[in-house]
Parts: sequence; structure tokens; C-alpha cells
Amino acid sequence: MSDTTDTGGPVLAADGTPLKRSLARALRRQKMRALLLIAPLLLFILISFILPVADMLYRSVKNGIVTDTLPRTVVALADWDADSGDLPSEAVYAAMAADLKEAAAAKTHTKVGTRLNYENPGISSLFRKTGRKAKKFDLEGVSSWKEELIDINKGWGDVGNWRTIQTYSPPVTSGYFLNAVDMRVGPDGAEMRPEAERIYMNLLGRTLWMSLAITVCCILLAYPVAWILANLPMRQANILMILVLLPFWTSLLVRTSAWKILLQQQGVINDILVWVGLVDDSARLVIINNQFGTIVAMTHILLPFMILPMYSVMQTIPPSYLRAAKSLGATDWTAFWRVYFPLTIPGIGAGSILVFILAIGYYITPALVGGTKGTFISNQIAFHISSSLNWGLASALGAILLAVVLGLYWAYDKIVGIDNVKLG
Amino acid sequence: MKLAKMFMATSALTLAGNVATAEDMANELTLVSWGGAYQASQVKAYVEPYLEMHPEVKVTWDESSAEAVAKLRAMNEAGNVTWDLVDAVASDSMRLCDEGLAEELNHDEDLAAAPDGTSASDDFGDLLVSDCFVPQIVYSTTFGYRKDLVGETKPDSVCAIFDLDTWPGKRSLQKRPIDNVEWALYCDGVAKDEIYDVLGADGGMERALAKLDTIKDQVVWWTAGAETPQLLADGEVVFGSTFNGRLFSAIAEQNQPIEMLWDMQSFDLDGWVVPAGLPADRKARVMDFLKFATDTQRLADQAAYISYGPARASSAPLVGKHAELGIDMAPHMPTDPANSGNVHVYDYEWWADNRDDLNAKFEAWLAK
Repeated sequence: MSDTTDTGGPVLAADGTPLKRSLARALRRQKMRALLLIAPLLLFILISFILPVADMLYRSVKNGIVTDTLPRTVVALADWDADSGDLPSEAVYAAMAADLKEAAAAKTHTKVGTRLNYENPGISSLFRKTGRKAKKFDLEGVSSWKEELIDINKGWGDVGNWRTIQTYSPPVTSGYFLNAVDMRVGPDGAEMRPEAERIYMNLLGRTLWMSLAITVCCILLAYPVAWILANLPMRQANILMILVLLPFWTSLLVRTSAWKILLQQQGVINDILVWVGLVDDSARLVIINNQFGTIVAMTHILLPFMILPMYSVMQTIPPSYLRAAKSLGATDWTAFWRVYFPLTIPGIGAGSILVFILAIGYYITPALVGGTKGTFISNQIAFHISSSLNWGLASALGAILLAVVLGLYWAYDKIVGIDNVKLG
Repeated sequence: MKLAKMFMATSALTLAGNVATAEDMANELTLVSWGGAYQASQVKAYVEPYLEMHPEVKVTWDESSAEAVAKLRAMNEAGNVTWDLVDAVASDSMRLCDEGLAEELNHDEDLAAAPDGTSASDDFGDLLVSDCFVPQIVYSTTFGYRKDLVGETKPDSVCAIFDLDTWPGKRSLQKRPIDNVEWALYCDGVAKDEIYDVLGADGGMERALAKLDTIKDQVVWWTAGAETPQLLADGEVVFGSTFNGRLFSAIAEQNQPIEMLWDMQSFDLDGWVVPAGLPADRKARVMDFLKFATDTQRLADQAAYISYGPARASSAPLVGKHAELGIDMAPHMPTDPANSGNVHVYDYEWWADNRDDLNAKFEAWLAK
């Protein structure tokens, strides 16, 4: 043993191999076994969560449709200088005619039109109308496709349309992301959209501050409830707990609709206020279809997510701590603020993260009670997914929302510390 | 000889083919519709009669028409289209057609002719707005008002919506630019046939929004057709736009104190779309059902259950009484001459081009 140390050679295991290597091998085997054990879950998450999310994110930059459908035109257009103000050359028009004939046979011309219409309103009918005739194009028999195409639709004589096709011909585009931050590609590169068309940054800001307001309301309402739950004898606490959980188990739509009945101008709350005489019948309060309505309804819906982690943290705080503080001369307030409250911070942290992240992605409740000023950015994402079919823009908005949430999570970790979060 | 042989062979093949299709039809049929009273009218008017003729067929309903375009696109990308026939509004059918998600039809071959022999394309006429679309009904988006809340003067023009002095109170409008901007321009003095020219020109949308600005804080925006009847019944709004069938059931079936305001009602169409790329056996069944469900009698039958006008000209004279209430349905149809004195027909092609742009402006205006 002392020999090996003297010569400075490697420490050997019993079988003569260096100890380091044999240890590494044993550890590797263990790691492999652990990996195999979690493999089903890992695969499941990969296939059902990470891949779809990645695919959706990729859509926010994907733009292959233009080169795929109009391959010849894209090549021919590459040399054209849009700023010259001249229409593209005869060769470009001939390439477009050939591409359109092929695309119309495969019925893909309208897809390109729809894609380009997001950037240049009106271009979809240019493709749709020309496509109707394109199937019968005689590619060899026409001497000037430039004249022919402009004759079919004068849109082909518009430099702006060609510029759009050229700008959006690369297989990857930043167009959706620019749109998602209220910008667009202008003649001189990226520029802000006109004031009247800016939506998303405004909405994102509103989503963030309203989610924050909802989180704060939840903390203020949940704290006393959780405290009572944690300090009551078991039997009463269980009954109260059912009252907390009952709405939690009720359908989201039912709860939101109930708020509509309560809050509307001819609703229960206004009726009572008028009956009591606090409010005049002609001046009933507007407490729905605005931000107030959204905050009230969502605070109610998300409250259990705040109460439950707070309750489970408070339950673990021994009452003797408070008694000790008081016996050492602390007032009720000091004992609470200096001893009890710091111990409940992990519960507040966990509840806040849950409520805030759930709130940021909500769209059903804001859509129903939010009116025009109480809707969230997720309402626009839902609109673009299911109604306008601009999935690229929806993905870009989703990607931005994801980045914002991750950024806030990082900030939370820096300020409060993610270790300081406890779900129970 | 050779020719005759060939001829015989082909006719034998055609015969065999005809027999074979009857056997090769799939017996499962997945229909997509809107749910509610409208779907019920479809069940009564043509699905039940079809099932009586073909007891081997099993029909499944999916109430997804509101998201039909998005879902069909997702199904198509996944390569697994589970729907056989989709009920969609005309503008959605055009988008499905544009995206290559809907089958192009030959209306004269695929649909039944009218009883007097008029071809299907003549019978439907202008309502065949897309090659992929078979219209079933003409509906309209129009206003209803509370009889007891409008005061002495009854409104008779759509511009009453913008007249807060004579008719104060809230109005409910659909949360989208379509229809609303047209009404705004019309009431701002634009002639009916110039609306789209003005709207498409510079500053047109701004002019429409400025008009809507005058009533903006008195508007409750709705997204589901059931909201306006509810808001009217609760007295939350004095006027409200919605689909005329919804107002009919609030008035005739639930006896609410609501009255129709037919002026400048906005005509729209709803109909069937066949998803692209169905396997042959399923497609054969769908086409068989489609031919039956859109013939003259079936479309007229549907009007006995809901107050939407049949899309075929030949069905109109056959419209009778409500199946349960026994009232005459004709006066409640948006297409009835007494109701359609001044109508607005919205321009599908124009909106297909401009909806993304105007939606953005409209949303920005709403959020302001």
C-alpha cells in the first residue's frame, strides 16, 4: 500500500484496475439504471410535450411555403431591386406563370396568397383570381407574360406586391415576431406599425399588470383564510376546507357565468345596492365587461391555488413559536411580523408563482367578463389559432409569453430564491 | 366488333361500379355542426329521414363548427381527418377551399335538381359563393330591441343604433369588424353600394371607427350568438345584434318583449363542406347523404324547425308552419319580402382579402 503512494502510481482496486476507473464504471452503471427507470416518463414528456412545443415555436419563424410553391419566381426575383421602382423583368413574369400553373394544379396557390396576405392585404385575391385561369396557361404560346399577367389582374403591375413576394421569400422569416411586437418590415427595414394598428405590446403589458393585481388580491384574501384553516381544530378545519375546495371542483364556465349574473348592471349586486338606496337606479355601477370584472372573477377562480400552499405551510409552524415570542415580550404585531410571517413566505411564494403563471395564460374568463379592456394576450393567441388561422403569429406571441414567464421566473429566483418555495 | 366489345365492357364496368359503390359506402358518418336549435333542425329535417332509409348508417355529431377551420387544418396536418361533412359559414368555406382543406364539388352532378328540373346551380343561384360549398340556409345578423324600453318612438332604421339621444341605453354588437363597420358607414351617410369602396380607400376604416366611437362606451360586445337574447331578456341592453333565429326563439318560443328590426339585416349563408382527401368509401356515403340532405323538400322541411330561409329558390314556396308552435314561418324568414326591403349583402371576396388587416385595426381600436 505504502509502495504505491511512494511511486505516485494510481490507486488500484482489488482486481488490479485503477480505482478511479472502476468507480466511474460502477457509477455509470447506476446512472444508466436510473435513466432506464425514468425513461418512460422522459419519453412521454419528450413526445407529448417538448416536441409539440418545439414544433409550435418553429412555426413562428417558418416560411418555407413561398419557396416551395413559387421556386422559379423566388430564384428569378433574387436579382430584382425593389427600390428601383421598376417592375421585375420578363423572366420573372414567365417564372411566375410557370409556378402558378403548377401551384393551381396542386391547389397550393391560395395558400401562398393567404400567407402573403398577412403582410399585404389584398394579395390573397390576386392569387385566388389568377389561379382560376392559371390551370389553362399555355406556357410556350404567350410572347409576353408580363402583359398577359397584368392583363389578367392589374395587381401584377404593382411594385408593392412584388416587393412583398421578394421580402417573404426566404424559408425563415422574422415577420411573425415583428408583427407580435407591433412592428413590420417597411421599405427601410423594421419599423413600428402606425399607432392605430398597435395591439400586442399594450396587451402584454396589461396581461402582466392584471395578473400581478390578481396575485396580490389572492394573497390578501387567502392569507387570513389559510391562517384560520391552520389554527382551527381538525373537525372545523375540514368543513371549512370543503368550502374552499367546492368551488375548485365546479366548472370554470359555471363560475364565470355566475359572476356575470352577479355583476351585470341589472344583476344581483346592483339590484341590492339600488334596493338599499346606496346607488341610484339610473346610475347603476359598471362592474363587468371591464378590468374590474376580470380581476374579481379571476381572483375568485384562482383563490384555491393560493390558499392550499399557504395552508400546508402554516400547518407546519408550531404554535409554540408565537407563544415563545410573546413570553419574551413581543407585542401581537411584532410576534406575527417578526416570527410568524417570515415562516409563511415559502407558502406565499409557491402560491404566487402558481396563481401568476396560471393567470397569465388565462383566456376563457377574460373573454367572458373582460369586455374590451379586460382581455389578455392569450385571447389574441386563441383568436389567431382558431379564427384568423395565422398560426405563425400565434406561435410568435406564445413564444414571447413563454420567454416573459421564464424571465420572471429567473428574476424571482434571483430576488426571493426558488429554494424558498414550499408546496407543503 | 372491337368497338362494340369495348363498349360492352365499359357498360358492364359502370354497372358493376354502381352496384359496388352502394356496398362500398362506409356506414359511419361523422357530421359537424353548431349544436343547439340549429343542429336539432338538421336532425329532424334530414338526418332522421335519411337514417330511416338507411338503417345501417350510424351518425356521430361533433359540435365544433365554430372552430371548424382550425380543427380541420390540424387534422389535415396530422393526416387523420375524422370528419365526414362539416357545417360552416360561407366565409369559412372559402378559407377551407383556399387552404385546400375542402373538396371542390361539381354542383350540378353532386346535388339533386329541383323538382321542376332546374339544375342545382341555377336553383341555388348566386348563393354558391365557393366551389367547395353547398348552402343550406340564408340567415341574417340583425337587431332586436326591447319593446318596453325604447319609449314612444319605435325604431325603424338600423341607424337607431347610433342615435343615443332618441334611444339611450346600451347596445350589444358582435366583437368583430364585419357588419359593424358597414352599418357605421351606412349610418354615416355612405350609399349602400359604395360601402366597400369607401371602406377600402384610405381613411375608410378610420371613418367607420370614428362613427362607432360615438357609441363605444354604450356597447356590450358579444362573441356567442346566445349572448344578445340573454342581454335583451335581462334588460342589460336596449338593442342587440345577433342571428335572426336566436331572436325568433326568444320572441316566439320564450315570449320575451323583444321586437325585430329587419332594416339593413346582413345576409349570410351557412352550408356543408366536404373535407378534402376522404377515403373512397366514406366519400361515397357523404355524397349520397349530401345529395339527399340538400334537395328541395329537405331544405324546406328544415324551415319548420328554425327561422332560417332555405337556400334553394325552389324550396321557398314549400315553407310551411312551425312544427311545434304551428305559426306561419314565412313572415319570420329573413328572405320574406316584408323583411328584406333593405338588406345588406356582405362581400365575401372583399373580406377574405381585408379581414386580417381590418381585424388588427379593429382590435387596436377596441383596446384603446
